[in-house]
Amino acid sequence: MDISKQTIEKHLSGNRRFDAFFTVVGLLSTFVGMITLAALLFDLASDGLGRISPQFFISFPSRFAAQAGILSAWVGTVLVMIVTALAAIPMGVGAGVYLEEYAPKNWLTGLIEINIANLAGVPSIVYGLMALGLFVYQFGFGQSVLSAGLTLALLILPIVIVATRESIRAVPLSMREAAYALGATKWQTTKDHVLPYSMGGILTGVIIALSRAIGETAPLITIGALTFIAFLPDPPIKGTFPFISFDWLWSPFSVMPIQMFNWVSRPQQEFHLNAAATGLILMGMTLLMNAVAIYFRYRFRKRIKW
Amino acid sequence: MKTSEADAGYLAAQAQVRSIPTNLTVQKIRERAIEFVMFLCAASSIAITCGIVWVLLAESWHFFRNVSLFDFLTDTQWTVLFENPRYGIMPLVTGTLVTSGIALLVALPLGTTIAIYLSEYANARVREILKPVLELLSAVPTVVFGYFALLFITPMLQNVLPDLPGFNMLSAGIVIGIMIIPYVSSLSEDAMKAVPVNIREGSYAMGATRFQTAVRVLIPSAFSGIASAYVLGFSRAVGETMVVAVAAGTQPNLTLNPMEGAATITAYIVQVSLGDLPHGSVAYQSIFAAGLTLMGMTLIFNIGGYLLRKRYREIY
Amino acid sequence: MKNVLFSIALIALVGLLPKASKAQLIQIDGSSTVFPITEAVSEEFQKAKKGAVKVTVGIAGTGGGFKKFCRGETDISDASRPILKAEMETCKQSGVQYIELPIAYDALTVIVNPKNDWVKSLTVPDLKKMWEPGAQGKVTSWNQVRSEWPNSPLKLFGPGADSGTFDYFTEAVVGKAKSSRGDFTASEDDNVLVQGVANDRNALGYFGFAYYIENQKKLRAVPIDGGKGPVLPSAKTVEDGTYQPLSRPIFIYVSKKSLDKPEVREYVEFYLKNAPSLVKQVKYVALPSSAYTIGMDHVKKGKVGTVFGGESQVGIKIEELLKREAQN
Repeated sequence: MDISKQTIEKHLSGNRRFDAFFTVVGLLSTFVGMITLAALLFDLASDGLGRISPQFFISFPSRFAAQAGILSAWVGTVLVMIVTALAAIPMGVGAGVYLEEYAPKNWLTGLIEINIANLAGVPSIVYGLMALGLFVYQFGFGQSVLSAGLTLALLILPIVIVATRESIRAVPLSMREAAYALGATKWQTTKDHVLPYSMGGILTGVIIALSRAIGETAPLITIGALTFIAFLPDPPIKGTFPFISFDWLWSPFSVMPIQMFNWVSRPQQEFHLNAAATGLILMGMTLLMNAVAIYFRYRFRKRIKW
Repeated sequence: MKTSEADAGYLAAQAQVRSIPTNLTVQKIRERAIEFVMFLCAASSIAITCGIVWVLLAESWHFFRNVSLFDFLTDTQWTVLFENPRYGIMPLVTGTLVTSGIALLVALPLGTTIAIYLSEYANARVREILKPVLELLSAVPTVVFGYFALLFITPMLQNVLPDLPGFNMLSAGIVIGIMIIPYVSSLSEDAMKAVPVNIREGSYAMGATRFQTAVRVLIPSAFSGIASAYVLGFSRAVGETMVVAVAAGTQPNLTLNPMEGAATITAYIVQVSLGDLPHGSVAYQSIFAAGLTLMGMTLIFNIGGYLLRKRYREIY
Repeated sequence: MKNVLFSIALIALVGLLPKASKAQLIQIDGSSTVFPITEAVSEEFQKAKKGAVKVTVGIAGTGGGFKKFCRGETDISDASRPILKAEMETCKQSGVQYIELPIAYDALTVIVNPKNDWVKSLTVPDLKKMWEPGAQGKVTSWNQVRSEWPNSPLKLFGPGADSGTFDYFTEAVVGKAKSSRGDFTASEDDNVLVQGVANDRNALGYFGFAYYIENQKKLRAVPIDGGKGPVLPSAKTVEDGTYQPLSRPIFIYVSKKSLDKPEVREYVEFYLKNAPSLVKQVKYVALPSSAYTIGMDHVKKGKVGTVFGGESQVGIKIEELLKREAQN
């Protein structure tokens, strides 16, 4: 076979051209998402930017659009997201670790895997209906921040579990076996060797999961989130013993998406401006929440040396 | 006396060694306890499914005492809320399938391309900026996406397709597709990034181009993770509620034509549960029957996906 | 470090046990149609009480609201329709007694595009021809309703079939609740209907008065001939009963047991006293003052039950409603 230098050169430059072409395709694909985001933000900002002011943040809802604000809504969102994160992350990661590291690989685990993927497809409102019967009535948590946080945690659990499992699966066997060879127990291997390397992927799952939770409306309305609430839950820090109070967990609440949803269905145009402003602020809050996780993910991914 | 670094290291190592229980039984108990806690977490997922299935089945049971299963599966009209109710689920099923289908047509190619681009082509700085920006897409509240589809995408599409009605499945499908791009791209990119560097470099060493490495080496190695990302994206598309309710309309319509409006199962459930119907009526219970159907649909797809993944998974 | 975490967990466990006190909290839920009125009243009430009493309002829908109400979870239920038989049963079984208080009228307005120059008024038979189930797929152009109208396509817009507005309109126009053609553009969000009609010359739609008033420049209201000549909806014509049959009453239902709480009683009295002015502010129509006085009387006497017999009824003039209240 006669492969001349020219044939090779042509091949290589063809490959290079294709690579360049694909770079363009890749960038364009990314741009589809970015342009949508930009269009959305522009749409919201053109209506809502004017409404954003300190007064908007510290006022309660009102029938007068100009006086209405999102105080109860954003406080509610923050509290609910704290409960959601504290419930979903440990449970999701724990379940993922167990299923990947400890569980025997038989038909039962296969069933659980299908099951979890199926749970990801259940509409959010069905979670709301189930949580109404379970958390609100059966467990007696009532229509509170606790019920809301747990409902959302259940909703996003499949995403966290799937992301955890996949990240752990990607850690090469050699890493684990090296640890065992040095005498580490299963938990030590998992904690010190597998988890740190899979943290990046786990955090991606957490980011996507929490972003979804913060924007949910329907299940929370079902379990009794309010649309008009002109007071805040009790603060977590009290002046008297024991200084930490958990009363806020049992308190009625509202959240930003619900406030937005309510305002956007009112006839008055001024309420629509409020809704746009709320949407912008909600995206800002999500970005803040994600920024924390993204920072940690960046640190973890840098440490991977393979 | 100044403690030197070596001394500090020695003390630290001693402390580490001391923290490992020398008593084997204690260690075994600790291991078992941790394993048990994690088992409970995993078992919770089964508990949740049982809870959901229980709620759906219990109410559907009441529903099917009033409506025949045969009618439910074969009737071509869903007019539950009207005077002469007809309970055929097919219009809602086609609505769900068409919107999800369009969403996947948008998200899977775009998401995979983005994943390949980010993992193989983009340099670290570009990647660490673009990835979070794309993830911000999943942060937009679904209500906002719904109105975006209705008030922005639909008019835009109407310039190209003048006969497009105000409510249509095309806009809703496109927007859902864009919404789930982060699911596909971010999770796939993570999977591809996690392939050990020796496999990747081996491919380059053999003279493969970036694209060839990505498609012929990395994607098969990361197949499990990518397939999971696809399945998650699909589940999300099928279970999406608000976007379809707002943009595709709430009028059940048995059609495969995306340029018409239709109701999906999820839109119907939201419409009724937040509406003015008395709870406990047959019309109200129909939402549970519809939800059960949805779970059945996703189950079939997920079993298919699982079997596929099992066959093609690569272990390195 | 571990000990610190352990002790925090311990405190958490201890702190988790006692629940928040629910004193001085009034819980209201139900229809999103009534919500703007209840929101206005609650806002003013809380201001008047300087925060000593807390009020929360949800929008789970009339049906969802009744479900919670009959379980004793809410003190007041907002309703855009009277309580139905099935819900009355549930309340009876759980021992919840209720006082029915109509608090406003909502005028369902039929609107067309401003460029529509052929419709001067509509009679109920006209509307029936447009909306009855038999019209599905058959009545698709304006000249099929009245031959002198142009042969342009009839585009219909209306609220979704799960809403009380839909129920009331179909009962008033076709004669039976929920009896309607299925091929119209339905939306839960009335703003979408506004847009739909405003963008289409051949469109016709119906929704609550407030949505018409806010968008008067984009829409044209059609006078309805209920048998005594065409009448445009307005606060006056609803109040004096000439805008028929599309004026519908909206209600709050108050739990008799909750009235034992002094703050709830105060709230309800505040509601009835301030409804006339607040209702107007949110673009609904106030009942005549005698209606509110009778309502107040019922609250004082604790008169429970509904005058509607568990069904929605159409075309009731305010005087009739008052007489009924006074009689039962």
